[in-house]
Amino acid sequence: MTLSPPLGLLAEITHRCPLQCPYCSNPLELVARSGELPTETWLDIIDQAAALGILQIHFSGGEPMARSDLAQLIARADQCGLYANLITSGVQLTPETLAPLVAAGLPHVQLSFQDIETAAADTMSGYRGSLEKKLAAARHVTAAGLSLTANFVIQRENCARVPEMIQLGLALGVHRIEIAHVQYHGWSMVNRSRLLPSREQLDAVTAAVEQARAAHAGRLVIDYVIPDYYADYPKACMAGWGRRFINVSPAGNVLPCHAAETITAAPIPNITTASLAEIWNESALFNLYRGTGWMAEPCRSCERRELDWGGCRCQALALTGDAAATDPVCSRSVDRPKIDAALAEAASGDADLVYRRYGGAPSLSAVIARSGATKQSRARDGSGLLRSARNDDKK
Amino acid sequence: MTEPLGPKAIPGFPRHVRFQFDAVRERWVVLAPERMFVPDEQAVEILKLVDGLRSVESIAAELAARYQAPEDIVLADVAVMLADLAARGALQVA
Ligand code: SF4
Ligand code: SF4
Repeated sequence: MTLSPPLGLLAEITHRCPLQCPYCSNPLELVARSGELPTETWLDIIDQAAALGILQIHFSGGEPMARSDLAQLIARADQCGLYANLITSGVQLTPETLAPLVAAGLPHVQLSFQDIETAAADTMSGYRGSLEKKLAAARHVTAAGLSLTANFVIQRENCARVPEMIQLGLALGVHRIEIAHVQYHGWSMVNRSRLLPSREQLDAVTAAVEQARAAHAGRLVIDYVIPDYYADYPKACMAGWGRRFINVSPAGNVLPCHAAETITAAPIPNITTASLAEIWNESALFNLYRGTGWMAEPCRSCERRELDWGGCRCQALALTGDAAATDPVCSRSVDRPKIDAALAEAASGDADLVYRRYGGAPSLSAVIARSGATKQSRARDGSGLLRSARNDDKK
Repeated sequence: MTEPLGPKAIPGFPRHVRFQFDAVRERWVVLAPERMFVPDEQAVEILKLVDGLRSVESIAAELAARYQAPEDIVLADVAVMLADLAARGALQVA
């Protein structure tokens, strides 16, 4: 069987960000500016990605607009035939900062929203006046003729306002709305008991989304992501390990998903010591959980094994201590009680929010105590311990 | 089912949708935000004629002449295929 080439590249070009969202799924130990890849290396990665067969590139972070070479990178992607997507918080997006990106060929912007009420948005972003700036940013994007996706990150405090969020998206003239519940990795794992909605809250959001989809069919695409803790089966994380996507970290680590730095069973490849093609085809890390050969029971003989690929490896590691275990979200996993315990704990959770900032991570033992996770000694160190898919990002 | 496009409708690619050849996989693709469509061979021939200026009936007439096929049958196929992509947000119709 020959290996298919990857389709998408997640370029996490920086961890710097003016916001401090407690739901951020970046690693607890953030890469400093001095550790970021230089422009030439990113240009080379883009060339290599196109040659390898990648068709879409997602510029994300942190806040990708924090890098002054963003327009240069977008222009190169456009020249190579890569479809570029900018995933941004929008607080630095003005007509002046957007113009060079439009000139570089950017077709689409995905703008994340913490809330649609000013005070609540300030609390959830750790940034005063964020909502007003985001609304202005949305208008600049549509005025420039670009396609806009509004991404609403849902947690227990804002979930009652989903119908208004969809109305706001329509008023802003977006093509696509994402109603995306927080997934629990990185900083959001630290804050899990403060963010998880109740089953009733989740059901109400689902109903609101279904109603809006019916009402606006053919005019508006609504993508919906539920918190997988409430699902019976796990999500097909990254559409399967090493099947479709490559993630490159600000420091050049090349990963099957954002959280894969937590995996210790294979060395982490870096773009400065191997080509993208070599890493995709041959690296131990990408081959570790590729396909179904690595699976144990109950996945090995399960009829869903090529639907969800056994779920998220990083979630399995974070919650069970074994990255090769069945995702504990799965109702067939022996570890499912850990998820149910987290849901029960969240029902009474009222801890203070921990904000995402450099050096702001709680100690490892505090994370474990807060998350109720066990057996994490296999993680190489405290950095990126519980990290996985970004929360202002579509998997 | 989506309504087929009318013969006078003029389909075009919005600025944020790209119809391009994927040289690595040797096939045509339609790229849109977080979406990708892989049109079949017949759809590719139709989409190559979509330029935001030609109408559905002119696209169908050209293809009917090229393949010496009955124009009414080609027109029906073209109208359905384009309507489907339009419903999925990959085409705009004037
Ligand atoms: S989730 Fe918030 S803090 Fe994290 S990168 Fe996005 S905007 Fe910045
Ligand atoms: S047992 Fe494994 S393959 Fe089956 S549904 Fe659960 S996670 Fe998926």
